Amino acid sequence: MSKNGQIYRISGPVVTAIGLDAKMYDVVRVGDEGLMGEVIELHGEKAVIQVYEDTSGVRPGEPVTNTGQTLSVQLGPGLLTQIYDGIQRPLPILLEKMGTFITRGVDADGLDQEKKWTFEATAKKGDKVEGGQVIGTVQETETIVHKIMIPPNMNGTIKSIKGGDYTVSETVCVLDDGTEIAMMQRWPVRAPRPYKQKYAPDTPLVTGMRILDFLFPLAKGGAAGIPGPFGSGKTVTQQSLAKYSDAQIVVYIGCGERGNEMTEVLDEFPELIDPNTGKPLMNRTVMIANTSNMPVAAREASVYTGITIAEYFRDMGYDVALMADSTSRWAEAMREISSRLEEMPGEEGYPAYLSSRLAEFYERAGRVETLEGEDGSVTVIGAVSPPGGDISEPVSQGTLRIVKVFWGLDAPLARQRHFPAINWLNSYSLYPQSLDQWFKDNIASDFPEIRTEISGLLQIEAELQEIVQLVGSDALPVDQQLTLEVARMIREYFLQQNAFHDVDCFTGVEQQYLMAKAILTFQSEAKSAIEAGGMLEDVVNVPARSNLMRARFEDNYLNRIEGLVAEMTKEIAAAAEEN
Amino acid sequence: MAGKEYRTITDVKGPLVFLNKTEPVAFGEIVELRLNDGSMKNGQVLDTSDDLVVVQVFEGTAGVDRTTGVKFLGDVFKLPVSKDLIGRILDGAGRPRDGGPEIIAEGKADIIGAAINPYARQSPHDFIQTGISAIDCCTTLVRGQKLPIFSASGLPHNDIALQIARQAKLTASDEEFIVVFCAMGITAEEYNFFRSDLERTGALENAVLFVNLADDPAVERLITPRLALTAAEYLAFEQDYHVLVIYTDVTNYCDALRQIGAAREEVPGRRGYPGYMYTDLAMLYERAGLVKGKKGSITQFPILTMPGDDITHPIPDLSGYITEGQIVISRELHGSGIYPPINVLPSLSRLMGGTIGEETTREDHKSVSDQMYAAYAQGRELRGLVAIVGEDALNERDKQLLAFSGLFEDKFLRQGRYEDRSIDETLDLCWELMSTIETKYLVRLDQQWIDKYHPDNKE
Ligand SMILES: Nc1ncnc2c1ncn2[C@@H]1O[C@H](COP(=O)(O)OP(=O)(O)OP(=O)(O)O)[C@@H](O)[C@H]1O
Ligand SMILES: [Mg+2]
Repeated sequence: MSKNGQIYRISGPVVTAIGLDAKMYDVVRVGDEGLMGEVIELHGEKAVIQVYEDTSGVRPGEPVTNTGQTLSVQLGPGLLTQIYDGIQRPLPILLEKMGTFITRGVDADGLDQEKKWTFEATAKKGDKVEGGQVIGTVQETETIVHKIMIPPNMNGTIKSIKGGDYTVSETVCVLDDGTEIAMMQRWPVRAPRPYKQKYAPDTPLVTGMRILDFLFPLAKGGAAGIPGPFGSGKTVTQQSLAKYSDAQIVVYIGCGERGNEMTEVLDEFPELIDPNTGKPLMNRTVMIANTSNMPVAAREASVYTGITIAEYFRDMGYDVALMADSTSRWAEAMREISSRLEEMPGEEGYPAYLSSRLAEFYERAGRVETLEGEDGSVTVIGAVSPPGGDISEPVSQGTLRIVKVFWGLDAPLARQRHFPAINWLNSYSLYPQSLDQWFKDNIASDFPEIRTEISGLLQIEAELQEIVQLVGSDALPVDQQLTLEVARMIREYFLQQNAFHDVDCFTGVEQQYLMAKAILTFQSEAKSAIEAGGMLEDVVNVPARSNLMRARFEDNYLNRIEGLVAEMTKEIAAAAEEN
Repeated sequence: MAGKEYRTITDVKGPLVFLNKTEPVAFGEIVELRLNDGSMKNGQVLDTSDDLVVVQVFEGTAGVDRTTGVKFLGDVFKLPVSKDLIGRILDGAGRPRDGGPEIIAEGKADIIGAAINPYARQSPHDFIQTGISAIDCCTTLVRGQKLPIFSASGLPHNDIALQIARQAKLTASDEEFIVVFCAMGITAEEYNFFRSDLERTGALENAVLFVNLADDPAVERLITPRLALTAAEYLAFEQDYHVLVIYTDVTNYCDALRQIGAAREEVPGRRGYPGYMYTDLAMLYERAGLVKGKKGSITQFPILTMPGDDITHPIPDLSGYITEGQIVISRELHGSGIYPPINVLPSLSRLMGGTIGEETTREDHKSVSDQMYAAYAQGRELRGLVAIVGEDALNERDKQLLAFSGLFEDKFLRQGRYEDRSIDETLDLCWELMSTIETKYLVRLDQQWIDKYHPDNKE
């Protein structure tokens, strides 16, 4: 056995080598073209390798070389605004080296090795430092300061450190044992990065999507699953979150999805302004694009590449949000590799370890005390694409067992063009208890009650609708007809939100609260007006109500709501008097 | 090594041949089999090792035995490409089928096709006018899009595809499309229908046809679309053409995929289709689009028939997860004599939002299509209620919506096979039909467009 072996067998992305001295997860170079692969199984003297590039044309007998490294990413300045494939090769570099199409056998560093960054030392000679400690900073983009940390599992006393312009691989700091520290560090993608301890989440990730923040909030450091059939809005929702949520760093993984969707993000993000900083969104974003037609093994790796980058920024004390679209394609990549390995299949052909891989992945989310003692978080939002939209399948089920937030997209709503097509009856969030304090402190003390009232009305509507299906709505008593009207207002005014509208795309939580209150005001005013003898038809059709509803598409709505509600109240009262 | 003939077949199973004691054979290598009667078959290596090689035989293994000679040709499957492809008819393996000469290659292209670097792509946003109102108004086709037709057996998807091929034009320029047509397991009758229509309209001169018919080898179907898309890529990205690829029937393709999976004793996924079908289909569908720095484009119009009219069947389901929308053909509309029987409700064009509007179609397009869709959806729903409670129980608004849904099908959807409506005609027709509903119920229309386009306000 040696560092060099030879190919024994090739079956699609899975290659078996003999005579190779290898450990699990070693990265190897396969064949005359040196295709990149990773050892995923050892059998006697055979090593089974998943190859990250297309293997057609490769023959038994060609060489295999072990690099001795495990699959890892390069971490340091230069990650932000970049777009990578599943194994952290920058796509712009691949374009330069290969042209329009992704061919193979080309290597590319994750970080630009020539570019000089201005390093400002924050630690000094003689400081005792430990893994995770910040020793300096680099202004990576207009909005983000990249903190240079001592790699985990390393410590010592600083012998020398000096600010100045450096490439990522040049030494910026030397420890007394002679260890040289550069701005770039490497981390094996399959191993979670260490932290001191996990905390319970207590702050919402504000997304600006009304149905999410108000009814089904996600915590910073939490995990959410978005299952839905094709065309129901998973990608639009994920992209909205990437655009408007109040995370400091966004890692967006296009895992086995469409090429054009990544292009869209690339076109849009540099133009779009982050509502939280006033600067282009691209500044805080790292993208990973391993589209459906790119090699499946690299798709399998893409999710790990993404979460490792997310953890790295978390370790600097940032709130990071990671979107994975779609985790089902990742699971399918696992299934494909597993079946090539002739492993014993579990449910629907997925490997038996599917659910533990899903759990391990979502477990890398969390709000933590970093090694340095700062607060940092990784929030994970995974899209799930269940076959036929039926979530009884293994990936959906495996996800739902772990995540605490379930945003269920549904085809009938999408077909009615009710967007976001999130079903309010079966979606849930298990966070309200831990987040309510935040909502009370920051928005309004009765926030939880208002939420309960709104969701209660939606429940009642669902029950009433069943009756309406049978007898028509005119057969209901007036108070129930009013309830239906109120619920319709919740759906059309509050829940529906156009992700592509300049104003409607984002609503702050305070405005969400005021909009919900406006609905409840309408309900109570209309109720009294009807009791005072007003006709339902007149009361609900007052022009001021449609003004209130329509104005949400206009600027400065937050400051206008109160006035518009007062107007509505007046008109409703007047409508009652007319009779 | 190419040239050596082996007679070491150990097993034959379905479309697969297993042999041993070969020199190193490449994964994906092309194979030639010579049977005892002198006839030839072609295949491709699916699995290769020092001990065993698995070959998938495109023409099926009938007549193959242990003495069949197997020759490895030393290369993966390539298509000879040149501009001479235009106007030609080739068989499912890329050989001339029109009696013409061999294609003189300017180059040879690997048919598997590498993925377009997402960073190299350019977002599609040019409107293609198909002249079919339902499509132009409600599920707008965009140059560089992959927009399949979800149909079912016995429905007129071929007529629709041909009508699109005849009428598709870019309103922004007078550039023409080259049609690459790919038949996978369709009947000779269907093929003749396509061919004679293309011939009659002169489109054949500007088309390339790859033809694998129902009685041609099933396994060959796995390469036919790859040949077609390789030709399309060459014409689009090397020769600057705008290419419209029509391929039919994806369902037959998937069935061939299932056959190979079964022969390899792979663990089957849903309904027996292989677990990697999503990836496999993506490797076809994703070969559409525009790329930076190249003038040409590939627009895909795949046709698939939904087994049992079931949209959740793995074939439409996985397709829908990859393509940029779908046009759904309805048996019910077809049954009521409407052509084209497009059910706009489950249909979708994901690229429409970023395309339509003042610069490409018309300023009121979005507003109109939202309102048409909403009114039709509500009208259709009321049909169910009316069946139970009777029309008299409806209020005025609902009565108007109900009536509108009938007009929508009769006047808007229905059109002739040769009727080519411009986008202006389509949108004007929408206004005419919507004006049968009182304006106060047309809540999705912007007031400014009502002022400008509503028949009451015109002239
Ligand atoms: N919030 C929204 N606002 C407006 N339109 C939306 C919204 N969400 C979804 N849509 C519409 O639905 C279409 C499909 O959405 P999207 O691409 O996100 O679906 P998906 O669930 O990701 O599908 P797939 O699984 O096939 O990728 C969009 O092109 C858009 O027209
Ligand atoms: Mg999507």
